[in-house]
Amino acid sequence: MFTPHTKQDEQEMLSAVGVSSVKELLNKIPADLLYPNYNLPAALTEQQLTAHLHDIAAKNKPLKNFIGAGMYKHFIPAAVSALSSRGEFLTAYTPYQAEASQGTLQTIYEFQSCMCALFDMDVATASHYDGATALAEAVLAAHRVTGRNEVIISSLLHPHYKEVLKTYTRHSTVCLTEAKPTTGGTLDVAALQKQVSDKTACVVISTPNFLGYVEQAKEISQLAHEKGALLVVQVNPLSLGLLQTPGSYDADFAVAEGQPLGNPVSFGGPGLGIMTAKKAYMRQLPGRMVGIAKDKNGRRAFVLTLQAREQHIRREKAASNICSNEAICALNAVIYLTLLGPQGLKEVAELNVERAHQLAEKISGIKGFSVLSAAPFFNEFVVTCPMPAAQVIQKLAAKGIAAGYDLGQTCDTMKNDLLVCATELNTAQDIAAYVSALKEI
Amino acid sequence: MENLLSIEKSKPGRRGVRFEQAQKHDYLPQNLLRASAPRLPEMSEFDTVRHFTRLSQENYSLDGQFYPLGSCTMKYNPKAYDVLSVLAPFANAHPFAPESAVQGTLQIMYELQELLKEITGLSAFTLQPAAGAHGELTGILTVRAYHDAHKNTSRCEVIVPDTAHGTNPATANMAGYTVVNIKSAADGCVDKQALQAALSDKTAAVMLTVPNTVGLFEKDIREIADMVHKAGALLYMDGANFNALIGLAKPADFGVDVMHLNLHKTFAAPHGGGGPGSGPVGAAKHVAPFLPKPIVEKKGDAYTLNDKMPQSLGKMKAFYGNIAVVLRGYCYLRQFDASTLKNIAEKAILNANYVRAKLKGKFNAFFDVNCMHECVLSIDPSKMNGVHTADVAKRLLDYGFYAPTIYFPLIVPEAMMIEPTETESKEMLDAFVVALEKIYDEIFTSPQLVHDAPHTQPVSRIDEVSAARQPNLRW
Repeated sequence: MFTPHTKQDEQEMLSAVGVSSVKELLNKIPADLLYPNYNLPAALTEQQLTAHLHDIAAKNKPLKNFIGAGMYKHFIPAAVSALSSRGEFLTAYTPYQAEASQGTLQTIYEFQSCMCALFDMDVATASHYDGATALAEAVLAAHRVTGRNEVIISSLLHPHYKEVLKTYTRHSTVCLTEAKPTTGGTLDVAALQKQVSDKTACVVISTPNFLGYVEQAKEISQLAHEKGALLVVQVNPLSLGLLQTPGSYDADFAVAEGQPLGNPVSFGGPGLGIMTAKKAYMRQLPGRMVGIAKDKNGRRAFVLTLQAREQHIRREKAASNICSNEAICALNAVIYLTLLGPQGLKEVAELNVERAHQLAEKISGIKGFSVLSAAPFFNEFVVTCPMPAAQVIQKLAAKGIAAGYDLGQTCDTMKNDLLVCATELNTAQDIAAYVSALKEI
Repeated sequence: MENLLSIEKSKPGRRGVRFEQAQKHDYLPQNLLRASAPRLPEMSEFDTVRHFTRLSQENYSLDGQFYPLGSCTMKYNPKAYDVLSVLAPFANAHPFAPESAVQGTLQIMYELQELLKEITGLSAFTLQPAAGAHGELTGILTVRAYHDAHKNTSRCEVIVPDTAHGTNPATANMAGYTVVNIKSAADGCVDKQALQAALSDKTAAVMLTVPNTVGLFEKDIREIADMVHKAGALLYMDGANFNALIGLAKPADFGVDVMHLNLHKTFAAPHGGGGPGSGPVGAAKHVAPFLPKPIVEKKGDAYTLNDKMPQSLGKMKAFYGNIAVVLRGYCYLRQFDASTLKNIAEKAILNANYVRAKLKGKFNAFFDVNCMHECVLSIDPSKMNGVHTADVAKRLLDYGFYAPTIYFPLIVPEAMMIEPTETESKEMLDAFVVALEKIYDEIFTSPQLVHDAPHTQPVSRIDEVSAARQPNLRW
């Protein structure tokens, strides 16, 4: 039983309350609303539940994965979940009573610090729901900061991120327009320069972009800033083990999906929204932040801070309605980065680059297939196939391989284009198997 | 000893996890590479394990302590779900894998949608929202999509009672609505006259928490629903407190049009120190087409993500929801049948009333009536040696209990909101009552002890203002 009450407990408690049954306590609920019929399945014991879940899990087919498109499979060291699944972390609440929550609070402070270091930015929040909502909140913050309404978004953002941006801005005065790509898989910077004006609140880019290619972020940042617009950039955090940082090209807000840092893909959730910004925008950031304070004896202590931005204080005037975030996912990320350190992170980033480039090189040698390689890429790239990508995916699935993401789903002119990803998990044998499967179709 | 930060334990050259070395390093042009390594800690794996284990021990948690946080439903999180929600086939399922390769995950999602429909009486559920507040925003944007489709463009207001969680007005504002706050009646429930006066052809929705945040069921709920509907508005129910109703009543029968649930409250998913949560949103038939897309459907024996929802508000987050949390919610609902769910709600209500009955002689029960799953007590500093609720909360930490939710709801001065949940035993509640009784005595015999609390925690009372003055948010 889920409740520990014995019959005797129940009787003693009822008499302490002064009623003879719990039903008496429900007298405010209209009688005809009480105790409706439920058509629910029979209760399972833990043993039955375990067998049942294993049966259902077996319906998921393990494929050798070459899909990225916003969620990336990486090696997760055993210590990550061994530590983050400790009940002391997992079953705590938001650390409102700071004195009894120093552990959670310090891990969040360390997470914020690691994010600032990785992104080369001034401040980071405790986390957001996922990369897409972090991006949307950053755009809203840029809109508040500049007082401008026009937002130029890269056409090469993740399609889901675009949809979430539309949802989040639909009922505001923000007006979204798209910046066009070149045929090389990156943004047309010259065209973008003409598009940006003194009405532009921010330019929103993704690098690597949805197709996997690294944008000319420095140039884009400059042209945005020349018009007084902000740069909001979305990155792959693992790529920052190697690639230039948002801070180095003067980004105003830098966000990311943090899942690649020690979190499983879990069919797309939970993710980990990372939000970083320049110090000037600290008080415009939505969501929780942890800072250092002193206790009564002058000792260092950690607390939730700058809460005057938040919904429980400001109600309808808050920067956002966000309350719960993704604390355990952030904990996974900070443990992951602590285990790897700067050197481990560089190693895994280099391995991603190498595996993806090895795969790309081999695919470009297959007759009928070509790889888009006009711009540098990290661990993901576009393959143009001699048939619809959907067919390639279907044929490779039959061989136990998840071939990639069908770009025809999001763009009519890309029906034959397949977005392919390789990480450190895709070994030389996996790559060989992928290549020979492609040759056979 | 002060807890050092990982970066303060770091030593140049010390290594934890290693990877294979790449063979070539010139795939990318130099000008795209980062100029210097990030300042991350350099620690051994063992040091890292010690560091985070030590930090975990500097925490009160539900597994360790009674956690009577009102409106947070800190019930036991079964260990079986920790294991089952991360089975490799679930954890490794890619959101863009062919549907034929993820039938297991889709089945769980579909079945949970069905179970949530049955316990609420609503017609459709989305599992996309990542948390309760995210569910609220989803729900109110669903309302907005409904009105937009019906050309009700003049409806620009959302009515929120003054007992509401802060997320309610913040949500309405984020959805582009003007918030109209209404005062509660003296009995802590909605003041129907105030509601009637606020309702107009500008009203898009009324957001109600049921039971409300003072722990009371809105006794006039059906009349309220009728008033709202007569005005052409929709009734939104904040289901954060649904633990009081599960197995007892169906919100659809009250006249609720849209609501959210918190899998990390009512359905025993852990809070994780602040997430991830999951906030499924349910809708009655006339509002269902406006929910976010996709929703999982069953076609023959196969499960599929239906993206073809032309009236949908769009997407609330990337992909489909916090699936690892959804898995826990599914496990929970499969472990209990209807009669057990009813028992769960009833014991949650009994526990709250027991604590209230035991303590109301010393701490003022602001609304002196039977409550649902939580009770609200308050204190009067002018009669209690200047001791405030915050002091009592800190002193409770010394007795080995986490503090209740304090200073909320806002309409109760010096509020302490206590929600024991059904999984606490009578012995635990008795020990908690004894601790509060002792603190009550201390207020009169040694008030300084209470003012200065806590005395047993890793740090003493923190000066929170010192953190905001010159924020230090990173190393």
